[in-house]
Amino acid sequence: MPVSDETPVDLAPVLESFPSLEVEKGTGALITQPALVLEVVQFLRDDPRYRLDYLSNVTGIDYLATVRKEKRVNEEGKTEIVKIDEPPRMDVVYHFYSMSEKRGLVTLKQRITDRDRPVATSLMPLFRSAEFQEREVYDLFGIDFQGHLDLRRLLMWEEFEDFPMRRDYVEPDDYEYEPTPHGEVLEKAKTHAGLGEGGSEE
Amino acid sequence: MEDPSKSTTSEAHTLSDSVDLDDATRSEMEKAGVIVSSVDWLYNWARSGSVWPLQFGLACCAIEMICSAGSRYDIARFGSEVFRPSPRQADLLIVSGTVTKKMAPQVVRIFNQMPEPKYVIAMGACAISGGPFKQGYNVLKGIDRYIPVDVYIPGCPPRPEAVLHSLMTLQKGIRRQRTLGKGSNNPAYVEGNREYPVPSFSGKDLDPPYNPEVWQPPEKRPNMPEDGCP
Ligand code: SF4
Repeated sequence: MPVSDETPVDLAPVLESFPSLEVEKGTGALITQPALVLEVVQFLRDDPRYRLDYLSNVTGIDYLATVRKEKRVNEEGKTEIVKIDEPPRMDVVYHFYSMSEKRGLVTLKQRITDRDRPVATSLMPLFRSAEFQEREVYDLFGIDFQGHLDLRRLLMWEEFEDFPMRRDYVEPDDYEYEPTPHGEVLEKAKTHAGLGEGGSEE
Repeated sequence: MEDPSKSTTSEAHTLSDSVDLDDATRSEMEKAGVIVSSVDWLYNWARSGSVWPLQFGLACCAIEMICSAGSRYDIARFGSEVFRPSPRQADLLIVSGTVTKKMAPQVVRIFNQMPEPKYVIAMGACAISGGPFKQGYNVLKGIDRYIPVDVYIPGCPPRPEAVLHSLMTLQKGIRRQRTLGKGSNNPAYVEGNREYPVPSFSGKDLDPPYNPEVWQPPEKRPNMPEDGCP
């Protein structure tokens, strides 16, 4: 179903009912706290102005602490660049469509401020389709979904300890044999006996 | 395939050694109307014309393997049409596709379950080295880290013609194997059923990351320039 066929969704009613929601600049995504997400999603699903009955996609985003630069106009009317400290955080992103009303897309993000122990609220009580997708997010980002009935790893094996999509994930070093390495791979291959010496001799 | 010339220069001549001829001599003699053969040759000829691959696919390469079994490319012309659904009934494992680290123990287990004589074809860039996913945390960098591979087919994916060519290459190898008598290099007769340790899952990676009996990183690659491009 091409998106262009669908009626763009007016976010005003949901923002009115939940004044604490924010709309993200640029993406137009709704940003909510994990504590509020079930109510918001239930509203989006059941309210006749939305009827978003289809949860199409769930994913996660990991943000390390950064410094963001933003242009602002100061009191003297000049634009200046302000540096804003962004604390580390994680987002869980949901995409909703309405199949019955041919409406969409609405993007909803659960913002998790505690990146060291990320806890989100599962949408499984409202959308059964969230089950496997949230398991995937748990598997790759290590986000703990409260209210999920079967939160296990989905893609990696049970014994795996890390969360590979996190930005600080360190992959296993199996670069013993790299016949044509370059860039990052060359650096890694050099730590193994074979290439290191051969490379420096040239 | 092991080099057959090594075993043919055997010290003690037994009956089966004495009738072992190279192809050129044999065809010369056939021209002269003399047909000389050995039980070994006959046996291998029959074996090579009836390779039973395992019905087993891993990723996109499997589609090309399936094509080769279809009517257009028709692997049956080469005597290998019986794709078996059970490793117990197959003697050729075509590793057709990406071997993820989660799947690798299962591939080794399947190889172990196959009866001798058994052969392995690594099909496509992924099965050879990890291919386009080589730098991924979850992809095994070549199935030859755990099981011995007889024929490699490069390509992403290799075309069905390449699959057929690899089968013919394998058949050539089978015909060159020495099966009966002394100096046999057919594992079915000298080693019993080859089984390799199944890697286990650990917290970070597969344990061990490769089987040193089967594969070892090349000691040193000389003349490798700093930028890595040979
Ligand atoms: S080699 Fe290419 S076609 Fe084959 S499994 Fe890998 S990615 Fe797919």
